[in-house]
Amino acid sequence: MNSLEVRQLAYAYPDGTQALFGVDLSIARGERVALLGPNGAGKTTLVMHLNGILTAGHGTVTVAGTPVGKDTLKEVRQRVGLVFQDPDDQLFMPTVRDDVAFGPANAGLRGAELDRVVEDALARVGMLEAADRPPHHLSFGQRRRVAVATVLAMRPEILVLDEPSSNLDPAARRELAEILRSLDVTVLMVTHDLPYALELCERSLILSGGVIAADGPTRELLADADLLARHRLELPYGFAIPAV
Amino acid sequence: MGAGHHHQLYLPGVSVAHRLPPQCKLLAVLAFAIVVVATPREWFWAFAAYAVLLGAVAAAGRVPASHVARRMVIEVPFVLFAVLIPVIGMGERVSVLGLSLSLEGLWAAWNILAKATLGVVASILLAATTEPRVILLGAQRLRLPSLLVQIAMFMLRYMDVILDEMRRMRVARESRGFEARNARHIPVIARSAGALFIRSYERGERVHLAMLSRGYTGQMPIMADMSASAAQWGTALALPAAALAVLGLSALGLT
Repeated sequence: MNSLEVRQLAYAYPDGTQALFGVDLSIARGERVALLGPNGAGKTTLVMHLNGILTAGHGTVTVAGTPVGKDTLKEVRQRVGLVFQDPDDQLFMPTVRDDVAFGPANAGLRGAELDRVVEDALARVGMLEAADRPPHHLSFGQRRRVAVATVLAMRPEILVLDEPSSNLDPAARRELAEILRSLDVTVLMVTHDLPYALELCERSLILSGGVIAADGPTRELLADADLLARHRLELPYGFAIPAV
Repeated sequence: MGAGHHHQLYLPGVSVAHRLPPQCKLLAVLAFAIVVVATPREWFWAFAAYAVLLGAVAAAGRVPASHVARRMVIEVPFVLFAVLIPVIGMGERVSVLGLSLSLEGLWAAWNILAKATLGVVASILLAATTEPRVILLGAQRLRLPSLLVQIAMFMLRYMDVILDEMRRMRVARESRGFEARNARHIPVIARSAGALFIRSYERGERVHLAMLSRGYTGQMPIMADMSASAAQWGTALALPAAALAVLGLSALGLT
Protein backbone atom coordinates (compact mmCIF):
# COMPACT_ATOMS: atom_id res chain seq x y z
CA MET A 1 0.00 0.00 0.00
CA ASN A 2 1.27 3.48 -0.80
CA SER A 3 1.85 5.94 2.04
CA LEU A 4 0.29 8.73 0.01
CA GLU A 5 -1.97 8.84 -3.03
CA VAL A 6 -3.20 12.10 -4.50
CA ARG A 7 -5.64 11.89 -7.43
CA GLN A 8 -6.81 14.78 -9.59
CA LEU A 9 -6.58 17.24 -6.69
CA ALA A 10 -7.85 20.71 -7.57
CA TYR A 11 -8.36 23.63 -5.23
CA ALA A 12 -9.37 27.25 -5.48
CA TYR A 13 -9.09 29.69 -2.61
CA PRO A 14 -12.32 31.30 -1.39
CA ASP A 15 -11.42 34.48 -3.31
CA GLY A 16 -11.49 32.45 -6.54
CA THR A 17 -7.73 32.12 -7.10
CA GLN A 18 -7.15 28.64 -8.45
CA ALA A 19 -4.00 27.17 -6.86
CA LEU A 20 -4.09 23.49 -7.85
CA PHE A 21 -5.34 22.25 -11.23
CA GLY A 22 -5.42 18.46 -10.86
CA VAL A 23 -2.42 17.08 -9.01
CA ASP A 24 -1.59 13.37 -9.30
CA LEU A 25 1.13 11.74 -7.25
CA SER A 26 1.82 8.63 -5.25
CA ILE A 27 4.54 7.89 -2.75
CA ALA A 28 5.41 4.34 -1.74
CA ARG A 29 6.10 3.39 1.85
CA GLY A 30 9.68 4.15 2.91
CA GLU A 31 10.41 6.49 -0.01
CA ARG A 32 11.99 9.92 0.44
CA VAL A 33 10.59 12.27 -2.17
CA ALA A 34 11.25 15.96 -2.79
CA LEU A 35 8.47 18.23 -4.00
CA LEU A 36 10.19 21.01 -5.92
CA GLY A 37 8.69 24.15 -7.25
CA PRO A 38 9.17 27.90 -7.39
CA ASN A 39 7.45 30.24 -4.93
CA GLY A 40 3.75 30.44 -5.66
CA ALA A 41 3.59 27.06 -7.42
CA GLY A 42 1.04 25.78 -4.90
CA LYS A 43 3.41 23.71 -2.75
CA THR A 44 2.07 24.90 0.58
CA THR A 45 -1.52 24.63 -0.65
CA LEU A 46 -0.86 21.02 -1.59
CA VAL A 47 0.70 20.30 1.80
CA MET A 48 -2.35 21.75 3.58
CA HIS A 49 -4.48 19.14 1.83
CA LEU A 50 -2.40 16.23 3.01
CA ASN A 51 -3.75 16.38 6.55
CA GLY A 52 -7.10 17.91 5.84
CA ILE A 53 -6.45 21.52 6.88
CA LEU A 54 -7.77 22.44 3.45
CA THR A 55 -10.34 20.17 1.86
CA ALA A 56 -10.15 19.33 -1.81
CA GLY A 57 -12.38 21.20 -4.23
CA HIS A 58 -12.09 18.19 -6.50
CA GLY A 59 -10.13 14.94 -6.34
CA THR A 60 -8.94 12.77 -3.47
CA VAL A 61 -6.07 12.41 -1.03
CA THR A 62 -5.50 8.97 0.47
CA VAL A 63 -3.07 8.34 3.34
CA ALA A 64 -2.10 4.69 3.83
CA GLY A 65 -5.44 3.60 2.40
CA THR A 66 -7.54 6.08 4.41
CA PRO A 67 -9.21 8.77 2.32
CA VAL A 68 -8.90 12.28 3.81
CA GLY A 69 -12.39 13.47 4.70
CA LYS A 70 -14.31 15.09 7.52
CA ASP A 71 -14.88 11.84 9.41
CA THR A 72 -11.28 10.60 9.07
CA LEU A 73 -9.53 13.86 10.08
CA LYS A 74 -8.40 12.64 13.46
CA GLU A 75 -6.83 9.48 12.08
CA VAL A 76 -5.29 11.26 9.09
CA ARG A 77 -3.71 13.96 11.23
CA GLN A 78 -2.04 11.33 13.30
CA ARG A 79 -0.67 9.61 10.21
CA VAL A 80 0.58 12.69 8.39
CA GLY A 81 3.26 14.51 10.35
CA LEU A 82 3.48 18.09 9.16
CA VAL A 83 6.64 20.04 10.06
CA PHE A 84 6.02 23.74 9.52
CA GLN A 85 8.56 26.13 8.12
CA ASP A 86 8.79 28.34 11.23
CA PRO A 87 9.47 26.19 14.30
CA ASP A 88 8.01 28.94 16.50
CA ASP A 89 4.63 28.14 14.94
CA GLN A 90 5.03 24.50 15.76
CA LEU A 91 6.44 24.71 19.28
CA PHE A 92 3.67 26.32 21.28
CA MET A 93 4.03 24.69 24.68
CA PRO A 94 6.11 26.05 27.58
CA THR A 95 8.74 23.28 27.47
CA VAL A 96 10.18 20.99 24.81
CA ARG A 97 8.89 17.93 26.69
CA ASP A 98 5.31 19.25 26.89
CA ASP A 99 5.42 20.13 23.24
CA VAL A 100 6.54 16.71 22.07
CA ALA A 101 3.93 15.17 24.40
CA PHE A 102 1.08 17.30 23.01
CA GLY A 103 0.26 15.05 20.04
CA PRO A 104 0.47 11.67 21.77
CA ALA A 105 -1.41 13.08 24.81
CA ASN A 106 -4.23 14.19 22.51
CA ALA A 107 -4.25 10.63 21.22
CA GLY A 108 -4.81 9.46 24.80
CA LEU A 109 -1.34 8.37 25.99
CA ARG A 110 -0.52 9.07 29.65
CA GLY A 111 2.09 8.35 32.30
CA ALA A 112 5.09 6.12 31.68
CA GLU A 113 4.06 5.24 28.12
CA LEU A 114 3.82 8.94 27.23
CA ASP A 115 7.26 9.60 28.75
CA ARG A 116 8.74 6.76 26.75
CA VAL A 117 7.30 8.00 23.45
CA VAL A 118 8.48 11.56 24.15
CA GLU A 119 12.00 10.52 25.11
CA ASP A 120 12.27 8.18 22.15
CA ALA A 121 11.25 10.97 19.72
CA LEU A 122 13.69 13.45 21.28
CA ALA A 123 16.51 10.91 21.21
CA ARG A 124 15.93 10.31 17.48
CA VAL A 125 16.64 13.98 16.75
CA GLY A 126 19.43 14.23 19.33
CA MET A 127 17.57 16.68 21.57
CA LEU A 128 16.95 14.60 24.69
CA GLU A 129 19.10 16.86 26.94
CA ALA A 130 16.91 19.82 26.04
CA ALA A 131 13.67 18.14 27.19
CA ASP A 132 12.98 20.52 30.07
CA ARG A 133 14.04 23.75 28.41
CA PRO A 134 11.62 26.29 26.98
CA PRO A 135 11.67 26.28 23.16
CA HIS A 136 12.58 29.98 22.91
CA HIS A 137 15.92 29.30 24.59
CA LEU A 138 17.03 26.95 21.82
CA SER A 139 18.90 27.84 18.63
CA PHE A 140 16.95 27.89 15.38
CA GLY A 141 18.46 24.59 14.23
CA GLN A 142 17.63 22.95 17.56
CA ARG A 143 14.08 24.25 17.38
CA ARG A 144 13.65 22.75 13.93
CA ARG A 145 14.90 19.40 15.24
CA VAL A 146 12.45 19.56 18.14
CA ALA A 147 9.70 20.41 15.63
CA VAL A 148 10.56 17.18 13.81
CA ALA A 149 10.42 15.32 17.13
CA THR A 150 6.94 16.69 17.95
CA VAL A 151 5.73 15.04 14.78
CA LEU A 152 7.76 11.83 15.13
CA ALA A 153 6.17 11.30 18.55
CA MET A 154 2.88 10.73 16.75
CA ARG A 155 4.42 7.81 14.81
CA PRO A 156 3.33 9.15 11.47
CA GLU A 157 2.99 7.12 8.29
CA ILE A 158 4.54 9.99 6.36
CA LEU A 159 6.61 12.98 7.43
CA VAL A 160 5.92 16.15 5.43
CA LEU A 161 8.54 18.89 5.80
CA ASP A 162 7.92 22.41 4.54
CA GLU A 163 11.26 23.98 3.51
CA PRO A 164 13.29 22.02 6.08
CA SER A 165 16.60 23.70 5.23
CA SER A 166 15.42 27.32 5.34
CA ASN A 167 17.30 29.61 7.75
CA LEU A 168 19.69 26.86 8.85
CA ASP A 169 23.42 27.44 8.98
CA PRO A 170 25.53 24.86 7.10
CA ALA A 171 26.23 22.74 10.20
CA ALA A 172 22.59 22.67 11.29
CA ARG A 173 21.62 21.84 7.72
CA ARG A 174 23.97 18.85 7.66
CA GLU A 175 22.81 17.69 11.11
CA LEU A 176 19.19 17.79 10.01
CA ALA A 177 20.06 15.85 6.85
CA GLU A 178 21.74 13.16 8.94
CA ILE A 179 18.68 12.93 11.18
CA LEU A 180 16.26 12.72 8.25
CA ARG A 181 18.38 10.01 6.63
CA SER A 182 18.40 7.99 9.85
CA LEU A 183 14.60 7.96 10.19
CA ASP A 184 12.75 4.88 9.10
CA VAL A 185 9.72 6.72 7.77
CA THR A 186 8.29 7.91 4.47
CA VAL A 187 9.31 11.53 3.81
CA LEU A 188 7.88 14.18 1.53
CA MET A 189 10.14 17.22 1.54
CA VAL A 190 8.78 20.45 0.08
CA THR A 191 11.62 22.72 -0.97
CA HIS A 192 13.31 24.86 -3.54
CA ASP A 193 16.72 23.98 -2.12
CA LEU A 194 17.76 21.72 -5.01
CA PRO A 195 21.10 20.48 -3.60
CA TYR A 196 19.30 19.45 -0.40
CA ALA A 197 16.77 17.50 -2.46
CA LEU A 198 19.59 15.79 -4.32
CA GLU A 199 21.35 14.94 -1.08
CA LEU A 200 18.31 13.40 0.61
CA CYS A 201 15.83 12.23 -2.00
CA GLU A 202 16.20 9.69 -4.77
CA ARG A 203 13.03 10.87 -6.44
CA SER A 204 11.64 14.33 -7.05
CA LEU A 205 8.41 15.87 -8.28
CA ILE A 206 8.20 19.32 -9.81
CA LEU A 207 5.01 21.20 -8.98
CA SER A 208 4.50 24.10 -11.32
CA GLY A 209 1.41 26.05 -12.24
CA GLY A 210 -0.72 23.85 -9.98
CA VAL A 211 0.12 20.51 -11.65
CA ILE A 212 2.91 17.94 -11.36
CA ALA A 213 5.13 18.91 -14.27
CA ALA A 214 7.82 16.27 -13.83
CA ASP A 215 8.36 13.12 -11.78
CA GLY A 216 11.61 11.15 -11.82
CA PRO A 217 14.99 10.49 -10.25
CA THR A 218 16.25 13.71 -8.63
CA ARG A 219 19.60 13.44 -10.36
CA GLU A 220 18.00 13.28 -13.83
CA LEU A 221 15.60 16.15 -13.20
CA LEU A 222 18.32 18.42 -11.86
CA ALA A 223 20.61 17.61 -14.78
CA ASP A 224 17.96 18.84 -17.23
CA ALA A 225 18.70 22.56 -17.35
CA ASP A 226 15.85 23.29 -19.78
CA LEU A 227 13.30 21.55 -17.59
CA LEU A 228 14.47 23.53 -14.55
CA ALA A 229 14.43 26.81 -16.43
CA ARG A 230 10.87 26.18 -17.67
CA HIS A 231 9.71 25.92 -14.07
CA ARG A 232 11.72 28.77 -12.61
CA LEU A 233 14.11 26.48 -10.78
CA GLU A 234 17.89 26.95 -10.77
CA LEU A 235 20.86 25.24 -9.26
CA PRO A 236 22.93 27.58 -7.04
CA TYR A 237 25.92 29.32 -8.62
CA GLY A 238 28.87 27.00 -9.05
CA PHE A 239 26.86 23.88 -8.28
CA ALA A 240 27.09 20.95 -10.68
CA ILE A 241 25.43 17.56 -10.34
CA PRO A 242 28.29 15.33 -9.17
CA ALA A 243 29.02 12.35 -11.41
CA VAL A 244 27.77 9.02 -10.05
CA MET B 1 19.73 32.10 26.81
CA GLY B 2 20.51 28.75 28.35
CA ALA B 3 19.14 26.27 30.81
CA GLY B 4 19.81 28.56 33.78
CA HIS B 5 17.49 31.23 32.44
CA HIS B 6 14.34 31.61 34.52
CA HIS B 7 11.48 33.98 34.68
CA GLN B 8 12.58 36.94 36.77
CA LEU B 9 9.89 36.44 39.39
CA TYR B 10 10.82 32.83 39.98
CA LEU B 11 13.48 31.79 42.46
CA PRO B 12 14.57 28.19 41.81
CA GLY B 13 14.67 26.02 44.91
CA VAL B 14 13.58 22.77 46.52
CA SER B 15 11.90 24.02 49.71
CA VAL B 16 8.56 22.84 51.08
CA ALA B 17 6.97 25.88 49.47
CA HIS B 18 8.49 25.00 46.08
CA ARG B 19 7.37 21.38 46.19
CA LEU B 20 3.70 21.95 47.05
CA PRO B 21 1.33 21.38 44.12
CA PRO B 22 0.42 24.70 42.47
CA GLN B 23 -3.33 24.36 42.91
CA CYS B 24 -2.85 24.17 46.72
CA LYS B 25 -0.69 27.29 46.74
CA LEU B 26 -3.04 29.24 44.48
CA LEU B 27 -6.03 28.48 46.65
CA ALA B 28 -4.07 29.24 49.83
CA VAL B 29 -3.01 32.67 48.54
CA LEU B 30 -6.55 33.45 47.39
CA ALA B 31 -8.02 32.44 50.77
CA PHE B 32 -5.35 34.43 52.62
CA ALA B 33 -6.14 37.52 50.56
CA ILE B 34 -9.86 37.17 51.30
CA VAL B 35 -9.20 36.95 55.06
CA VAL B 36 -6.92 40.01 54.87
CA VAL B 37 -9.48 42.04 52.96
CA ALA B 38 -12.23 41.01 55.37
CA THR B 39 -10.28 42.31 58.38
CA PRO B 40 -11.57 45.67 59.73
CA ARG B 41 -8.91 48.35 59.27
CA GLU B 42 -8.80 49.25 62.97
CA TRP B 43 -7.42 45.83 63.99
CA PHE B 44 -3.72 46.71 63.83
CA TRP B 45 -2.58 43.60 65.66
CA ALA B 46 -4.25 41.33 63.17
CA PHE B 47 -2.34 42.98 60.31
CA ALA B 48 0.91 42.62 62.25
CA ALA B 49 0.15 38.93 62.76
CA TYR B 50 -0.55 38.47 59.03
CA ALA B 51 2.83 40.02 58.25
CA VAL B 52 4.48 37.60 60.65
CA LEU B 53 2.70 34.69 58.90
CA LEU B 54 4.03 35.82 55.51
CA GLY B 55 7.49 36.13 57.07
CA ALA B 56 7.22 32.50 58.14
CA VAL B 57 6.19 31.46 54.60
CA ALA B 58 9.14 33.38 53.14
CA ALA B 59 11.47 31.61 55.56
CA ALA B 60 9.99 28.22 54.66
CA GLY B 61 10.43 28.99 50.96
CA ARG B 62 13.97 30.37 51.46
CA VAL B 63 12.93 33.61 49.75
CA PRO B 64 15.28 36.42 50.90
CA ALA B 65 13.71 39.72 51.98
CA SER B 66 15.69 41.57 49.30
CA HIS B 67 14.01 39.48 46.56
CA VAL B 68 10.58 40.41 47.92
CA ALA B 69 11.52 44.07 48.44
CA ARG B 70 12.78 44.54 44.87
CA ARG B 71 9.61 43.11 43.39
CA MET B 72 7.36 45.25 45.56
CA VAL B 73 8.08 48.17 43.23
CA ILE B 74 4.92 47.11 41.41
CA GLU B 75 2.94 48.53 44.33
CA VAL B 76 4.33 52.07 43.91
CA PRO B 77 1.36 53.46 41.91
CA PHE B 78 -1.02 52.33 44.66
CA VAL B 79 1.19 53.90 47.29
CA LEU B 80 1.14 57.22 45.44
CA PHE B 81 -2.64 57.02 45.24
CA ALA B 82 -2.89 56.16 48.94
CA VAL B 83 -0.64 59.09 49.90
CA LEU B 84 -2.97 61.48 48.06
CA ILE B 85 -6.14 60.39 49.83
CA PRO B 86 -5.46 62.09 53.23
CA VAL B 87 -4.55 65.32 51.44
CA ILE B 88 -7.66 65.54 49.31
CA GLY B 89 -9.97 63.72 51.76
CA MET B 90 -13.03 65.34 53.36
CA GLY B 91 -14.32 65.49 56.92
CA GLU B 92 -12.57 65.95 60.26
CA ARG B 93 -8.94 67.05 59.86
CA VAL B 94 -5.84 66.53 61.96
CA SER B 95 -2.50 68.26 61.80
CA VAL B 96 0.52 66.07 61.08
CA LEU B 97 3.94 67.74 60.78
CA GLY B 98 2.26 70.99 59.90
CA LEU B 99 0.05 69.43 57.20
CA SER B 100 -3.70 69.43 57.59
CA LEU B 101 -4.86 65.91 56.74
CA SER B 102 -8.27 64.30 56.65
CA LEU B 103 -8.75 61.73 59.42
CA GLU B 104 -11.06 59.63 57.28
CA GLY B 105 -8.50 59.89 54.46
CA LEU B 106 -5.73 58.64 56.73
CA TRP B 107 -7.79 55.60 57.66
CA ALA B 108 -8.59 54.91 54.02
CA ALA B 109 -4.92 55.23 53.03
CA TRP B 110 -3.83 52.88 55.81
CA ASN B 111 -6.53 50.41 54.79
CA ILE B 112 -5.37 50.36 51.17
CA LEU B 113 -1.67 50.25 52.00
CA ALA B 114 -1.86 47.51 54.60
CA LYS B 115 -4.12 45.21 52.61
CA ALA B 116 -2.43 45.80 49.27
CA THR B 117 1.03 45.22 50.75
CA LEU B 118 -0.01 41.94 52.35
CA GLY B 119 -1.64 40.80 49.09
CA VAL B 120 1.33 41.80 46.96
CA VAL B 121 3.80 40.07 49.27
CA ALA B 122 1.71 36.90 49.25
CA SER B 123 1.64 36.95 45.42
CA ILE B 124 5.38 37.58 45.21
CA LEU B 125 5.99 34.60 47.47
CA LEU B 126 3.74 32.46 45.26
CA ALA B 127 5.57 33.59 42.12
CA ALA B 128 8.98 33.13 43.73
CA THR B 129 8.26 29.51 44.59
CA THR B 130 6.23 28.48 41.52
CA GLU B 131 7.22 28.67 37.86
CA PRO B 132 4.74 30.64 35.75
CA ARG B 133 3.77 27.66 33.60
CA VAL B 134 3.20 25.57 36.72
CA ILE B 135 0.93 28.28 38.17
CA LEU B 136 -1.13 27.94 34.99
CA LEU B 137 -1.27 24.16 35.36
CA GLY B 138 -2.56 24.76 38.88
CA ALA B 139 -5.19 27.15 37.56
CA GLN B 140 -6.23 24.53 35.01
CA ARG B 141 -6.44 21.99 37.80
CA LEU B 142 -8.68 24.38 39.79
CA ARG B 143 -11.08 24.38 36.79
CA LEU B 144 -10.42 27.96 35.77
CA PRO B 145 -12.02 28.40 32.32
CA SER B 146 -9.78 26.46 29.95
CA LEU B 147 -9.85 29.25 27.38
CA LEU B 148 -8.37 31.76 29.85
CA VAL B 149 -5.66 29.33 30.91
CA GLN B 150 -4.75 28.64 27.29
CA ILE B 151 -4.58 32.35 26.49
CA ALA B 152 -2.24 32.91 29.43
CA MET B 153 -0.15 29.91 28.40
CA PHE B 154 0.31 31.25 24.87
CA MET B 155 1.14 34.68 26.23
CA LEU B 156 3.89 33.11 28.28
CA ARG B 157 5.23 31.18 25.30
CA TYR B 158 5.01 33.92 22.69
CA MET B 159 5.92 36.99 24.75
CA ASP B 160 9.59 36.69 23.81
CA VAL B 161 8.79 35.95 20.18
CA ILE B 162 6.61 39.04 19.89
CA LEU B 163 9.05 41.27 21.81
CA ASP B 164 11.74 40.09 19.42
CA GLU B 165 9.57 40.96 16.45
CA MET B 166 8.94 44.38 17.99
CA ARG B 167 12.67 44.90 18.46
CA ARG B 168 13.34 43.99 14.82
CA MET B 169 10.73 46.50 13.67
CA ARG B 170 12.33 49.20 15.80
CA VAL B 171 15.77 48.39 14.38
CA ALA B 172 14.29 48.54 10.87
CA ARG B 173 12.76 51.97 11.60
CA GLU B 174 15.94 53.34 13.11
CA SER B 175 18.13 51.96 10.33
CA ARG B 176 16.18 54.18 7.99
CA GLY B 177 16.80 57.22 10.14
CA PHE B 178 13.61 57.32 12.18
CA GLU B 179 13.70 58.32 15.80
CA ALA B 180 10.59 59.00 17.84
CA ARG B 181 11.15 62.46 19.27
CA ASN B 182 7.81 64.19 19.45
CA ALA B 183 4.08 63.79 19.00
CA ARG B 184 4.27 64.05 15.21
CA HIS B 185 5.97 60.66 15.20
CA ILE B 186 3.09 58.93 16.92
CA PRO B 187 1.41 57.82 13.64
CA VAL B 188 4.56 55.93 12.64
CA ILE B 189 4.66 54.09 15.96
CA ALA B 190 0.94 53.42 15.69
CA ARG B 191 1.36 51.87 12.24
CA SER B 192 4.15 49.67 13.59
CA ALA B 193 1.86 48.55 16.39
CA GLY B 194 -0.82 47.73 13.83
CA ALA B 195 1.64 45.73 11.74
CA LEU B 196 2.77 43.89 14.85
CA PHE B 197 -0.83 43.05 15.67
CA ILE B 198 -1.44 41.63 12.20
CA ARG B 199 1.79 39.61 12.28
CA SER B 200 0.87 38.19 15.68
CA TYR B 201 -2.64 37.42 14.49
CA GLU B 202 -1.29 35.54 11.47
CA ARG B 203 1.13 33.68 13.69
CA GLY B 204 -1.84 32.73 15.86
CA GLU B 205 -3.53 31.21 12.83
CA ARG B 206 -0.42 29.22 11.94
CA VAL B 207 -0.06 28.00 15.52
CA HIS B 208 -3.69 26.93 15.45
CA LEU B 209 -3.04 24.92 12.29
CA ALA B 210 -0.03 23.30 13.96
CA MET B 211 -2.22 22.41 16.94
CA LEU B 212 -4.94 20.95 14.73
CA SER B 213 -2.28 18.91 12.94
CA ARG B 214 -1.44 17.26 16.20
CA GLY B 215 -4.95 16.36 17.21
CA TYR B 216 -6.05 19.47 19.18
CA THR B 217 -9.77 19.38 19.88
CA GLY B 218 -10.21 22.51 22.01
CA GLN B 219 -8.88 21.15 25.30
CA MET B 220 -5.25 21.11 26.38
CA PRO B 221 -4.37 17.57 27.36
CA ILE B 222 -3.42 17.31 31.04
CA MET B 223 -0.17 15.39 30.92
CA ALA B 224 1.47 15.61 34.31
CA ASP B 225 -0.07 13.89 37.29
CA MET B 226 -0.64 16.82 39.62
CA SER B 227 -2.91 15.38 42.24
CA ALA B 228 -2.29 16.74 45.73
CA SER B 229 -2.34 14.65 48.89
CA ALA B 230 -4.37 15.65 51.94
CA ALA B 231 -1.10 16.47 53.73
CA GLN B 232 -0.09 18.84 50.94
CA TRP B 233 -3.46 20.58 51.04
CA GLY B 234 -3.07 20.79 54.82
CA THR B 235 0.38 22.38 54.57
CA ALA B 236 -0.71 24.93 51.99
CA LEU B 237 -3.96 25.85 53.72
CA ALA B 238 -2.16 26.34 57.03
CA LEU B 239 -1.50 29.93 55.91
CA PRO B 240 -5.13 31.04 55.42
CA ALA B 241 -6.20 28.91 58.39
CA ALA B 242 -3.75 30.71 60.66
CA ALA B 243 -4.88 34.06 59.26
CA LEU B 244 -8.49 33.12 59.91
CA ALA B 245 -7.58 32.15 63.48
CA VAL B 246 -5.97 35.57 63.97
CA LEU B 247 -9.09 37.22 62.62
CA GLY B 248 -11.29 35.14 64.94
CA LEU B 249 -9.18 35.87 68.01
CA SER B 250 -9.17 39.58 67.22
CA ALA B 251 -12.94 39.53 66.87
CA LEU B 252 -13.30 37.82 70.27
CA GLY B 253 -10.91 40.26 71.87
CA LEU B 254 -12.66 43.31 70.53
CA THR B 255 -16.33 42.46 70.99
